[in-house]
Amino acid sequence: MTAKHEIRKSIIASIWFMFLTFPIMVIKVNTVTNTIEWRWYNMALVGIGIFFLSMLWRYLLKKKEEGGKKEKKAGLSLIQRLLQEKQFALPGMVIIAVITIIFPHIFSMYQTNIMISALIFVMLGLGLNIVIGLAGLLVLGYAAFFAVGAYAYALLNLHYGVGFWIALPIGGILAALFGILLGYPVLRLRGDYLAIVTLGFGEIIRLVLENWNEFSFGPSGIKNIPKPGFFGIELSMQATTIYIFYIVVLLVVFTIFVINRLKNSRIGRAWTALKDDEIASQAMGIDKAKTKLRAFALGSTWAGMAGVVFAAKTTFINPASFTLWESVIILCTVVLGGMGSIAGVIAGALLLILLPEYMRDFGEFRMITFGAVLILMMIFRPGGMIEDVRKTYKFEK
Amino acid sequence: MDFEYFTQLFFGGLTRGSIYALIALGYTMVYGIIELINFAHGEIYMIGAFTGLIISSVLTMMGMPTLAVIILAGMAAIIYSCAYGYTMEKIAYKPLRNAPRLSALISAIGMSLFLQNYVLLAQTSDFLPFPSLVPEFKFWEPYSHILTTPELMILSTTVFVMILLTFLIKFTKIGKAMRATSQDKIMASLLGINVDQVISATFVVGSATAAIGGILIASHIGQINFYMGFIAGIKAFVAAVLGGIGSIPGAVLGSFVLGWTESFFTGYISSDYEDVFAFIFLVVILIFRPSGILGRSQTQKV
Repeated sequence: MTAKHEIRKSIIASIWFMFLTFPIMVIKVNTVTNTIEWRWYNMALVGIGIFFLSMLWRYLLKKKEEGGKKEKKAGLSLIQRLLQEKQFALPGMVIIAVITIIFPHIFSMYQTNIMISALIFVMLGLGLNIVIGLAGLLVLGYAAFFAVGAYAYALLNLHYGVGFWIALPIGGILAALFGILLGYPVLRLRGDYLAIVTLGFGEIIRLVLENWNEFSFGPSGIKNIPKPGFFGIELSMQATTIYIFYIVVLLVVFTIFVINRLKNSRIGRAWTALKDDEIASQAMGIDKAKTKLRAFALGSTWAGMAGVVFAAKTTFINPASFTLWESVIILCTVVLGGMGSIAGVIAGALLLILLPEYMRDFGEFRMITFGAVLILMMIFRPGGMIEDVRKTYKFEK
Repeated sequence: MDFEYFTQLFFGGLTRGSIYALIALGYTMVYGIIELINFAHGEIYMIGAFTGLIISSVLTMMGMPTLAVIILAGMAAIIYSCAYGYTMEKIAYKPLRNAPRLSALISAIGMSLFLQNYVLLAQTSDFLPFPSLVPEFKFWEPYSHILTTPELMILSTTVFVMILLTFLIKFTKIGKAMRATSQDKIMASLLGINVDQVISATFVVGSATAAIGGILIASHIGQINFYMGFIAGIKAFVAAVLGGIGSIPGAVLGSFVLGWTESFFTGYISSDYEDVFAFIFLVVILIFRPSGILGRSQTQKV
């Protein structure tokens, strides 16, 4: 009886979706030659696909509901336990450290370059994690701070010949200033308004960079940005790549260290408290304005520094590298990995950047998959791949 | 800077504002009921335009008369947009009804990405020429240098839709249920209103107005692509916030204000920064009057 019922439901769903996708999936109009292409096989695909997907969908929803009723403290997942156990954590770290050190020497330059991009996104993800994961402020214009850092290095170098190492902190500080500049007026706004305003801010920065030719050279961008120098010694192409790789690794380690310290500090706890309940935490004496501004400033600092590294790595930047999609990808890394969880964000960033690189054929389906992943993650696993474990303080008599 | 130029800009702004209003209505109605910014709303508008284009091309090639093509394609676009809006709510928002608001918002962003790329993959990434569906009216010729026929068409359709919508919300049973649900969801369900149905109905109505906006603007501008919903959606959202989100007259008023300011700004100052201007406008409003022109200020409760 139930099986029959389920099958009927799935058939209805698949008919509905066949109807829904009919004009866009099946008909393709060529307006130049005035011909119509009928792609009926798509309809068959949709029908069969939806039939099974809808079964899976209902099964998962049901399981989720049952899971919600059960006691949630069933236990931490395997990875979480591994991360917490000291005896596993230390050897694990040593192995990771060894792999990172020898990575550029055993793999080709192409691989190293991809890894550098992935690590830049790890930095960005960790920075955004401060704002979203720890402080609970949804920022959708994060790529703007990334752009601020990149353009800071490119322009300072172009006009004043500033080197990479001096530009790195300047880029970070400039981005932090922009973060405060944006954060100050939007302090009063809650969740969704904040998302839209930051989205608007990101677009403003991009459009200004695109249109203000005298300042940023418009859509054509800035070329010939120097790579970081190594005590004045000229390095070969390959050596520079390896050198940048180590710089990024160091920066990522530094980021992890700082965020780890921040998380359980006074500010970190204040962020978590504000995220959970603004009014209650204000009543406990947390300065809402200051705490939120700190989150903005610290979060954007990492984006600024990542921007400087990005400019140095690619030696060419233009506004097209800092669109809303970059912001969305960074957001995806944080959401997919697990908001607030450092290990999760790193895993998320590596997965999201490396997977499409190695699955080129899959490339055009990248964005649509991102969209689906965002929805599915929110419904079935809102905590992300590696869920954040909050530090608990026990009261002992 | 003569008077004729001014009137042109004035009516240009009015047309622009009407399109924003048709999209902003969907935002504001959904927000009024489930307090969610439906990021994917702009995509519904885009899908409406695409469906309209596809169906009208097929019908034209089959040799139907123009009037029949307009009516059938318009109806198909509205029906499909409603169906997409309905399905979208069922998949991406309903399971998250009791989740934190951040989750629903991220899910909405995901939906927007998904629909954009779905159209991109299934159709094309190029701009498609959209046939101008509106015929030139003979009687309007003397005035057409100020207000073109498509613009007149857009204005009158918007006014008609507004009247219809006001009627729907003020005098019908479902409208009453919508108003009740937006005031207090729990109380409404205690009084026998099927809240799920009301929410679905809201999505359907909002999608229908967005589809109308989509066809009108597509036949006015003359081309569409998969990305058109995004900027239009954001701007309509700005308009909705400007008027006070959750308030239907506010959305209309906000849209006209935004349309005029944009039109005059581009007409008298510069067209490079048109989009920047809309965003700056949004930021300024949210700083000085977060509740919008007609919105009630919300107090946060413990």
